[in-house]
Amino acid sequence: MNWTQLLTDIAAIIAVSAPLIIATMGIYLSERAGVINLSVDGSMLLAGMTGFAVAYTTNNLILGFVAAALVGGFIAALIAYLGVRLRISQTAIGFVLALLCTDLSSFLGNPYVQQTGPAVPAWPIPGLTSIPVLGQLFFRHDAVIYLSLILVPLLAWWIMRTRSGLIVRGLGERPDALFARGIDVIRWRYLMVIVGGVLIGLAGAAYTLDLKQGWTYRHMAGTGWIALAIVIFGAWRPWRILLGCYFFAALQTMASRLQDNAWQIPTQVLQVAPFVVMILVLAVVNSLGAPELQRWINRLPMPLRRVIRFLTSPAPAALGKPFIQQ
Amino acid sequence: MHVSIQQINKSFGPVRANQDITIAFAAGQIHGILGENGAGKSTLMKLLSGVYKPDSGQMFINDHAVTLGTPRHAVQIGIGMVGQDPLDVPVFNVLENIACGLQMPNDADIRQQITHWSTTLGFPLSPDQRMRDLTVGQRQQVEIVRLLIAGSDVVILDEPTTGITAAQVDALFAALKAIVATGKTVLFVTHKLDEIVALCDTVTILRAGQLVGTQLAMPVSKETMLIAMFGEFFTHAQLSAKPIPTDAPRWKLHDTQLHDATFVLGPLNLSLPKGMIIGLAGLEGSGQRLFMHHLAGITDPDRGQIDFNGTPITRANPTVAWLPADRLHEGIIGAMSLREHVLLMRDSLLAPLQTAYEKSTQLIADYAIKATPDMPLQQLSGGNQQRAMLALIPESAQGILLEHPTRGLDAVSAMTIWHRLQVRRDNGATVLFFSADLSEVMQYSDAILVFFGGQVSRLLARDTLSEEALAALIGGVGFAEVTA
Amino acid sequence: MKTKFVALRTPVIAMGVGIAITAVLLLLAGADVLAAFGVLLSGALTSPSRISDMLMLLSPLLLCAVGLTTSFAAGQYNLGIEGQMTVGGVAAMWFLRGYHDGSPVVLFWIGAVLCGMLMGAVWAMLVAVLKRYMHVSEIFAGLGFNFMALGLALYLVFGPWKRPGVASMSGTEPLADVLWLPTITGTRLTLVTPVLAIVMLAVVWRLIRHTHWGLQVRACGLSALASVRMGVPATRRTFEAMALCGACAGMAGALQIIGVYHSLVPNVASGIGLMGLLVALLVRADVRWVAFVALFFAVITSGSIQLPLALSIDSSISGVLQGLIVLAIIVARARRGEESA
Repeated sequence: MNWTQLLTDIAAIIAVSAPLIIATMGIYLSERAGVINLSVDGSMLLAGMTGFAVAYTTNNLILGFVAAALVGGFIAALIAYLGVRLRISQTAIGFVLALLCTDLSSFLGNPYVQQTGPAVPAWPIPGLTSIPVLGQLFFRHDAVIYLSLILVPLLAWWIMRTRSGLIVRGLGERPDALFARGIDVIRWRYLMVIVGGVLIGLAGAAYTLDLKQGWTYRHMAGTGWIALAIVIFGAWRPWRILLGCYFFAALQTMASRLQDNAWQIPTQVLQVAPFVVMILVLAVVNSLGAPELQRWINRLPMPLRRVIRFLTSPAPAALGKPFIQQ
Repeated sequence: MHVSIQQINKSFGPVRANQDITIAFAAGQIHGILGENGAGKSTLMKLLSGVYKPDSGQMFINDHAVTLGTPRHAVQIGIGMVGQDPLDVPVFNVLENIACGLQMPNDADIRQQITHWSTTLGFPLSPDQRMRDLTVGQRQQVEIVRLLIAGSDVVILDEPTTGITAAQVDALFAALKAIVATGKTVLFVTHKLDEIVALCDTVTILRAGQLVGTQLAMPVSKETMLIAMFGEFFTHAQLSAKPIPTDAPRWKLHDTQLHDATFVLGPLNLSLPKGMIIGLAGLEGSGQRLFMHHLAGITDPDRGQIDFNGTPITRANPTVAWLPADRLHEGIIGAMSLREHVLLMRDSLLAPLQTAYEKSTQLIADYAIKATPDMPLQQLSGGNQQRAMLALIPESAQGILLEHPTRGLDAVSAMTIWHRLQVRRDNGATVLFFSADLSEVMQYSDAILVFFGGQVSRLLARDTLSEEALAALIGGVGFAEVTA
Repeated sequence: MKTKFVALRTPVIAMGVGIAITAVLLLLAGADVLAAFGVLLSGALTSPSRISDMLMLLSPLLLCAVGLTTSFAAGQYNLGIEGQMTVGGVAAMWFLRGYHDGSPVVLFWIGAVLCGMLMGAVWAMLVAVLKRYMHVSEIFAGLGFNFMALGLALYLVFGPWKRPGVASMSGTEPLADVLWLPTITGTRLTLVTPVLAIVMLAVVWRLIRHTHWGLQVRACGLSALASVRMGVPATRRTFEAMALCGACAGMAGALQIIGVYHSLVPNVASGIGLMGLLVALLVRADVRWVAFVALFFAVITSGSIQLPLALSIDSSISGVLQGLIVLAIIVARARRGEESA
């Protein structure tokens, strides 16, 4: 493998990860606020189909993305109403909605299967493309990929560095504490879940209008579940989630590159490898974070404890738990 | 700022947590709020800080009527509360925890304020420490600083000295005095008499949701406060208590030390005899629950050993029954009926379920439970649930541990329950219980263990104690003479 | 009597809402609503071959749903059901590959089904162990093991067990004809699967509703803390319930191989496990309703296959209808305070 080939591969990884990154950032937002949106897989399909259908009918890409965002936001609002307001099990409704939206996308998307519609045009950034290496890696893509590139630093900055981001983090950790400080927990959770849903919807459209242009049945089914797993893998930290997305895309790219490999492992098998890695990582990390081990870990010297804490970085403490306003 | 409340009422279902409460708190003073567990102190403080809405009554700030409905209103008015478990976010650092929800945009200003208040109050706080690395005492200090930075004029502290070190208590008291010196008001909720004596300018005493002493100017004698807290002791003819036998004990504790997150108890050396009802007396949170969990084998002691019938206690010993206070969460399975509970405790896995109808009907009759064998227990009243839990204690149980056995029950239910427990005792079982109701402890115990200051007294025969003597022991007066 | 009436009414209203939304969707798609519902409800019942196709879907669905009522009773969301079904198929295929001419066929069938059950149970236990001892949510552990099972099947189909010469998604070399379960003449239906499904339904029903074991499993699902206080070995019961669920799914997978596909295909589960989850979410731990709900779902799913031909409507409307009904009933229960997080 030579140098130019490597650059091409990395640029390709950055490109194919774009929708995944947008989706994981949507999940990240809603889980940071303490709500699990398990419907991602179905949401992305339904939003992606709608986005394609609208763009195809109106021949307007922007309208397509807007429609997809609305669909993602609507499903998220439904989850917020049922899970946050009515306090129904977020797992149950999320799962049912995932299946329901998948079938709905197949049903409503039937007329658009295999149609050729508009697609996001490439948009090399003048001037920057000629920078050696960086130009090829980052500046010869299209708008969706640029969005994925700026979204992570933007959200990382917002959530980790600003006052409103502090509130979002508090929502997922200890909503009672925020309530006592005079913050409307329910309204904030609604908002974050819906904004997250909008991103998930955009991710769906990023597939149908950009990466996998067009629509077929269950076009990118499975991606939503992968996105949910990557957020856990990334321990609810934006940069680690980004790394997870690239890692996943890299493994898949390697899988297709190893088509004629010497080990005779079929490609399809390599494509499940990321899941094996993910389960192993989750098992190790969650075991280290287990309450049984805390007593033991607390006896370790502080620097070691810091390392273990960085590795484990547990889920937001209030994730999936309903907030009961007294 | 001058805060007063008039005719405040608050009920939870049939329980009247606060009845006709009228108090006026003068600014620049520390006001003690005293009362036993369940007296309604916490409810009153939650009403003041906007967590609960009163059913009726009015609150006044500087003689203007205000309505509180949410903590947001309270924060705006300038009332803040530090809870028993401080409401902070463990993963945040001190700065973030204080900044969250604060109307002060600049972090540098907040840092400067933290430094200012830490120095003024003598709290050694650094803005960059993680909350989860702090002790309960330090977290409390952060909360106090947060409230002051947020501009609170009234600071409420709910049982602030539980689980913090003596040095931190001293620092806290000095800080509170410094705070009121600036003209702010402190409401100090506690059940510890010594703290009221040491700290407060006035004391207000609650019992069973009602005011029994309003804004009494200190000093007030401990005896006066104890009688106000617990009311007239039960003075009716008492059932004869059994003498303390000295043969082989049920439980034996050898040099045992117990602890939980905030509390250390022991080392203890005790023998608890067969066939007795033993009451655990002491102010709430003196380690009674911790003690009971260890006797049940749910938690292992730090040090030493606990024997039951001569062998070390193990988890899930079928001859020890523990009845937790949180019935529907830890005690019974709400969606299942009494009949199903009877069957659940049998050990014949793949055998078809018998009806267990006769057995259930028998238990229902014996324990006067108002239910049918097939009614889910969550549909029963609290008293019936408690009797059902009692009925489910296996005949073979030799040790029975009860938390608040008759809390929230009417007098008839309570008598039925005690009658059944006395039958168990007469059959050789050892019954341990604790209760917020001191007269219940006096009336039904054969012997009493007093909990005070992380220590437990030797087993005191009930006959040797007068009500006054017990009340004094609970407050720590003469406690050293009864420790083993 | 009054309580019974109220209890019945809310699910009926919820179902009505689900059906109404489906009707609106059909209208939006420009379909004849009544005709579409007619086909959905009766399309699977109009000819013997269609009935047999419906029963071919119903049998594995019933097995999965029956297993899932057990894991739901223990309070576990076993999303790993599809993977458990897949490895069941893999194990059955592994066993059947040992067949030589003249070996006793029936023994091989029994062995293959037992292998499938065992492997399904192991796969489910892995999820349970990860949850109990390593604190990995059973939802993601289950999903992960689904992908791993798929990877295993793909590896075998494209690797060691591939069809000589060509490896393809259509599966491995087919089984010898004698190993195919006999079918009813004129249909592809074998009687073995429905009979086994009904047997399992009866067995699990009896276990869950009428034995001490089942009572303890249900108690663990309702309140692990209180169960432990009363001396129930909660961890063990939860593991056993998960293993039983995995065994049911593994049996379904094995029977799909022997009775339907006659070779190992990567997609043994084909969404049947997920549909089983919908059934289980509807009936929760109440085994009595499993058969009715599974039958209803199988009828409309099979019926919907006629939709594209008869009315030019996409068949996935059956999945939409199922999802809407389940969602509506979950919401209806929550409004009555029966279900919460």
